[in-house]
Order: sequence, then structure tokens, then C-alpha cells
Amino acid sequence: MTVSLFDQFESPLFLGIPLMAIALVLPWALLPKPCSRWISGRYLTLQNWFISRFTHQIFQPISHPGYKWALLFTSLMLFLITVNMLGLLPYTYTPTTQLSVNMGFAVPLWLATVIIGMRNQPSLSLAHLLPEGTPTPLIPVLIIIETISLFIRPLALGVRLTANLTAGHLLLQLISLAAFVLLPIMTATAFLTWSLLVLLTLLEIAVAMIQAYVFVLLLSLYLQENV
Amino acid sequence: MADRPVPVAEKRLMEVKLGELGTWLGGRDYSPNGIVSMFRRAHTRYYNKYIGVKKGGIGGIAMLLAGYVVISYVWSYDHLKHDRWRKHH
Repeated sequence: MTVSLFDQFESPLFLGIPLMAIALVLPWALLPKPCSRWISGRYLTLQNWFISRFTHQIFQPISHPGYKWALLFTSLMLFLITVNMLGLLPYTYTPTTQLSVNMGFAVPLWLATVIIGMRNQPSLSLAHLLPEGTPTPLIPVLIIIETISLFIRPLALGVRLTANLTAGHLLLQLISLAAFVLLPIMTATAFLTWSLLVLLTLLEIAVAMIQAYVFVLLLSLYLQENV
Repeated sequence: MADRPVPVAEKRLMEVKLGELGTWLGGRDYSPNGIVSMFRRAHTRYYNKYIGVKKGGIGGIAMLLAGYVVISYVWSYDHLKHDRWRKHH
């Protein structure tokens, strides 16, 4: 019996449909649309509170032309946080462990911020390539370095989310396997491993939320520079 | 008061008699729009009954998530059956 820890990242097919399709559509069922009643139920009120707090937090430092992005960023945040948290349930599939999904989010949005900046205020956008107060001899090198860091941004965005979630899921599976196998052999060690698993699960819940927030926060920073 | 006769395919599922089940299934709208509207109607009914009430507890969401876990298990059963501790799979 070969132990393959990476099989959890394959999307299993059933009747020709991958589980990823259900995992991607499920946030639609969990995030209701605002209703036309004056006072809505608890769940919808909580969701509305979260959306307004989040939008206020993210868009405070951005100037007015950037407010068009509010719908996009907030829905992206809701989607990412829902999908990440759902992946912590047993037997479920997390689409954001796939690099393809995360690059599909990161590259178009980053490229949009760059193109908007270059189109509306080209000199200001290019000026971002040179930090203030650099000594004159360093200018050419620094321009090259800043250009490279500009182009690495989408890669970093995508890979950060992928790596964090994949590593977390792998660790969870590895440590739970260790705890399970050690249980008949060395019970005390198994208990220690189990307590480590509990702490790791709490960490994974936090990481799921934090990584979604960081993704959207960085995109809002890139927008702030360019809008 | 006599009810007006309704075509079988348009009745609600709970009002379809057992013998009419085949006709009912055959007459439903299986186009992509139809299937999407099937899910949307089911979700609206579920939401209005369990989640969108004034003092909704955790039960509404918990049932949905439990169903999702069960569906995921069924989806990955073919892969999971190799994890059993047996000599012959």
C-alpha cells in the first residue's frame, strides 16, 4: 500500500462530472442575495454586516475612481473565504489548492490594474518603478529590479494562495495519518500528535480566512497605486 | 370545490400520483435553463424555509453542509475505497 498524500488534490470524477464543479458552485448556495424586506433574518444580516465592514476597510485608502472595483473585490473576497473554509470539511475538495484557479484570479486582475494605470496616468504609473530618495548611481539597477518585481506580482499572488492552502491540507493529512497509525503502538505519542492536529486545524481555519484577505488586500494596493 | 385539471408535467412532485411518476419525469424541462431553474427553485424553497427566517439557527446551514459532505464522499468513493485496511480491495 503506497501512501500518496497528493491524491486529495485530484478532483474525483463521478458520472463524468468533477467534484470541483460542485465545489465552485456551492458558494452560490451559501451566500444569499439581499432580500426586499425591511429587516432580514440573522444570516442575511450577518452577511450584510460583513460585506459593508469589509468594503469600507478595503476601499478607505483608494481614491474615488477606484470605487468601481468594490463589487469585484467584495465578491472575490466572499468567494475565496467561502471556498477556503469549505475545504476544511471532511471529504470536500478545495479549488484554491489548484494553481490554475488562483492564477486565473490573479493574472487578469493584476493586469487590469496595470493597464488602467498605464492608460490613465502613464507617467505616474511609471514613476512607481523608482522609489523616492534613491541615490543616483543606483537608479538603473533599481528600475530593473522594480520592473521584475512588478511582473512577479501575479505569480506571487497565485502561488502564495496555492502554497498556503496546499501545505496546510498536506500537513493535516500527514499528522492525522501519524496520529492514527501511532494509536495502537504508542498511545501517549498519539495523544500528543492528536493535540498537535487540533492546533493545526485551528491554524488552518485562520489561514483560510487570512489568505483570502491578503489576496484581495494586495490587489487593492495595486489598484491604489494605479487608479 | 373541484380543482381545475392540471397537466401532469406541471404538478408539484408531492401531488403527482405514483402511477403518473414516469409521465411527470418525462415531461420536465431538461434544457440547461430548465436544470438551472430547478436548482434555483429548490434553493429558494430551502432558503425560505430554514435559513431566511427571523431567528434562524445553525441548523439551516448545517444541513446544507452535511449534505455537501455526503455528496463529496459519494463523489470520491471510488478513490477512497483503496484506503481500507484489507488485503484484497
